[in-house]
Amino acid sequence: MNYNSTEMMTVAAARALRNDDICFVGIGLPSAACNLARLTHAPGVTLIYESGTIATKPTVLPLSIGDGELCETALTTVSVPEMFRYWLQGGRITVGFLGGAQVDRFGNLNSTVIGPYAKPKVRLPGAGGATEIASSCGRIFIVMQHNPRAFVAKLDFITSLGHGPTGRERKQLGIQTAGPMLLVTDLCVMKPDADGNEFIVASLHPGVTREQIRQNTGWEVRFADDLRETVEPTAGELEVLRDLHARTAAAHQRSVA
Amino acid sequence: MASFRELSDAVAELVHDGDTIALEGFTHLIPFAAGHEIIRQQRRNLTLIRMTPDLLYDQMIGCGCARKLVFSWGGNPGVGSLHRFRDAVENAWPHPIEIEEHSHAAMANAYAAGAAGMPCAFFRGYQGVDLPSVNPNIRFVACPFTGETLACVPAHRPDVAIIHAQKADREGNVLIEGIVGVQKEAVLAAKRSLVTVEEIVDDLELRSPNAVVLPSWVITAIALAPGGARPSYAHGYYSRDNSFYVAWDEIAKDRARFEAWMKQNVLDRVPVHA
Repeated sequence: MNYNSTEMMTVAAARALRNDDICFVGIGLPSAACNLARLTHAPGVTLIYESGTIATKPTVLPLSIGDGELCETALTTVSVPEMFRYWLQGGRITVGFLGGAQVDRFGNLNSTVIGPYAKPKVRLPGAGGATEIASSCGRIFIVMQHNPRAFVAKLDFITSLGHGPTGRERKQLGIQTAGPMLLVTDLCVMKPDADGNEFIVASLHPGVTREQIRQNTGWEVRFADDLRETVEPTAGELEVLRDLHARTAAAHQRSVA
Repeated sequence: MASFRELSDAVAELVHDGDTIALEGFTHLIPFAAGHEIIRQQRRNLTLIRMTPDLLYDQMIGCGCARKLVFSWGGNPGVGSLHRFRDAVENAWPHPIEIEEHSHAAMANAYAAGAAGMPCAFFRGYQGVDLPSVNPNIRFVACPFTGETLACVPAHRPDVAIIHAQKADREGNVLIEGIVGVQKEAVLAAKRSLVTVEEIVDDLELRSPNAVVLPSWVITAIALAPGGARPSYAHGYYSRDNSFYVAWDEIAKDRARFEAWMKQNVLDRVPVHA
């Protein structure tokens, strides 16, 4: 079955979720991946959105983090202070899914500004929940489109801490959680190396070359000794994902009540 | 006890130039009708607090109401940028705007601290990131018991909190259902409060003893504003106008188009008295 690189990325990210995960979900690619996991191999996964919805099972993907669909299909909905204090800070979340405008080799993320903070070239939306999601969830999965503007040697601003500017700051700060353990792009899957926490390419998506990765990465990217090819999406995974997107598009078009 | 007022009268009495105000509602129940009334009454030099500025603060910033913005996520949810917010920060249009930027956790804790009557909030956060270096209101303290480094931010204590809710009874008790966000905390943290509601009823018909209810005596004024959260939504009444959120991207990108839209849909529109 034919598929595009975004579908490959979404499927690869979804596969990383386990049935017993308690997952803090961001909007966009993470939301698609998490719901794909729930509708395929991980029906028991618990999805939590920062708007306060716990164990939500949306039939269509939300456009915003607080769409009514999330509340209507949730086990329960708590206030936003409770969400951040008891559930996130309290250590109840096993996986947080994040994206950003820029990522560096140690999984630090920028979603605040491009250029200097006081006189930004591009003012991005900002942290939202990401700063404390990055430090409080058991582990972090990052999903991002792979290009040289996004995969940079040095971030313009650290919005969310990965393993730190040298890969070691997270431990030095006494943070107990694991941090970014997976980086899924439209070209490859990357994992941090055990010694220095630098993200290295673990598998190339079918048809992608090492040269393509080098051209799209702003640092001297390294490849795992046992570099593999990512298993391509199955017909079943693609069917569920496309149905989800089709339902979502139809629902958002007729959302005017 | 809350007093029932026309929306325009309530805004005229409660919101003054130079005030610090918080219009809350986490994607859900955003008080657009009240915000539009503030724009029509041309309030100036406001400090606007809101976790997610959303289209409403984009409109208020673009219309020149804001001197300062205190926020944690300034995007159009699921769509992209807030262009009026960006134009103010990047190009000082229509005038320069000061920003105080936080994370969601910090903002939520700051509201909860305000509601609890505390001067500041403590939480575990902001470790190893750059926001503390650009926001002097983010500081760190050592836990007196464990020595752990904790983040500390001032409590939010707005002059006025404004929220939209499903319904009020005739005594002015207010019910909020669905994604309840930080609305309860915002009202309890504020010196004055205005609640707009979809309807005023004889009986709130509470389905649970744990429903989120704001008693009349913590609210300053209530105004009837059916549809007052559109294009945001009111759980049980109408759904989020996602297509308008998408359409706003084009409207807000261009200054002239934005001004024309605001004139036609907000400034020249006389509110229908309830």
